[in-house]
Amino acid sequence: MSVLLDAGAGRPMSPASREAWDAAQQDGWADPTRRYTAGRRARRLLDGALEALAAGLGARPDELTVAPTGCAALRWAVQGARAARPAADPTVVTSAVEHSCLLRATGDHVRAVAVDLVGRVDLPAYETALTPLPVLATLIAASHEVGTRQPVDAVAGLCTELGVPLLVDAGASLGHDPVPTCWSLLAADAASWGGPPVGLLAVRTGTRWRPPLPTPDPLDLPSLVAAAVGLQDALGRRADEAARQHALVARLRAGAAQVPDVEVVGDPEDRLPHVLTFSCLFVDGEVLAGELDRAGFAVGSGSACSADPDHEPGRPSHVLAAMGVLTQGNVRLSLHPGVTEADVEAFLAVLPDAVARARAAGGASDL
Amino acid sequence: MSQTLDSCPESPDLVLDCLGRPCPVPVIELARAARGLAPGTVVEVRSDDPASLVDLPAFCRMRGHDYLGHVPREVGHALSVRLR
Repeated sequence: MSVLLDAGAGRPMSPASREAWDAAQQDGWADPTRRYTAGRRARRLLDGALEALAAGLGARPDELTVAPTGCAALRWAVQGARAARPAADPTVVTSAVEHSCLLRATGDHVRAVAVDLVGRVDLPAYETALTPLPVLATLIAASHEVGTRQPVDAVAGLCTELGVPLLVDAGASLGHDPVPTCWSLLAADAASWGGPPVGLLAVRTGTRWRPPLPTPDPLDLPSLVAAAVGLQDALGRRADEAARQHALVARLRAGAAQVPDVEVVGDPEDRLPHVLTFSCLFVDGEVLAGELDRAGFAVGSGSACSADPDHEPGRPSHVLAAMGVLTQGNVRLSLHPGVTEADVEAFLAVLPDAVARARAAGGASDL
Repeated sequence: MSQTLDSCPESPDLVLDCLGRPCPVPVIELARAARGLAPGTVVEVRSDDPASLVDLPAFCRMRGHDYLGHVPREVGHALSVRLR
């Protein structure tokens, strides 16, 4: 059995979500718009799930929009802000380390603010970018690739002062970090807390935003119930689980840094508890990911040669490039509650040899 | 962060042609060449791999070499490094 250290790219549903999904399949199969008993039962389940999801995001149920995926939630946030103000400048101010779904949604009308070596956005530069006023400002709560937290509250303060709506992307952080509170729009993905891949978009009352569809599509009831129960479960365990994973990542960071010519990137402390990225000189990232797979560990990679859907083929991760850190031999880890201390030690035990073999494969053992 | 130069700061002592070769080859070739060269030597790496624009400056930062910048060429870029 392989140890999954790439939970950000997908993982099995948490036990709480899976049980809720099974139960909702049995009890909530009916169309919730029907007035007969089974329909009314489905309606109650649906309303309960939406209330719980909204509460988990710190929003009211009428502020919540369900999207097919987290990626779609980001796209709808941008499209809806532009659609609500068709005469306004369509420019979106954002950071250079946003999720590729967000960057695709903004298109060319974008001002992306630079980040420093740990991947944190430069606050004065963000303030400067807010003039002339954009139709929307966005910021990822914490990087899905390197874990670095962003100064969301400070940026929210700037945006409030100028009357610019702020979209906070909590797609990687919800369920792991405290829920952001200062936002006009908040995007999340139930997959990040062990639910099914359902997108959520909360829009504060009074925000100029237009829903993507005049009439919402029917919702997948079992998925929403699984997402809602999974969120309550994850938030209940969050503090303990975040402390545990933060310590495991600290151990991984220290262990990886012991391997010669390895650069561990991102903020060592002010970061997501479960995310870690490092890069190895003279190594093909896909070769290293293959070596680690053979040793029993599933990892991601932001190297140009990897097939990661988050960046264009042949190009390295835009997040690593924006930070100015090494992209070759890149390994991206994201933990989940099933990862144990023994798994982490076993990974660190095989890492030096895996890197050495990947270097040898490229004829770079002697450098 | 990489910097763009209007022109190369000085003529290189050595040119490494890495056109058509993907990451991590350009960095490997530079590191290999650097072993036999005196400090202060200026090496120009020709590369059309987009990762080189990020990885060569990062390699220089990790190994203490001076990254002098890059200029676009008909194919790819010329990236200049002064060895420490």
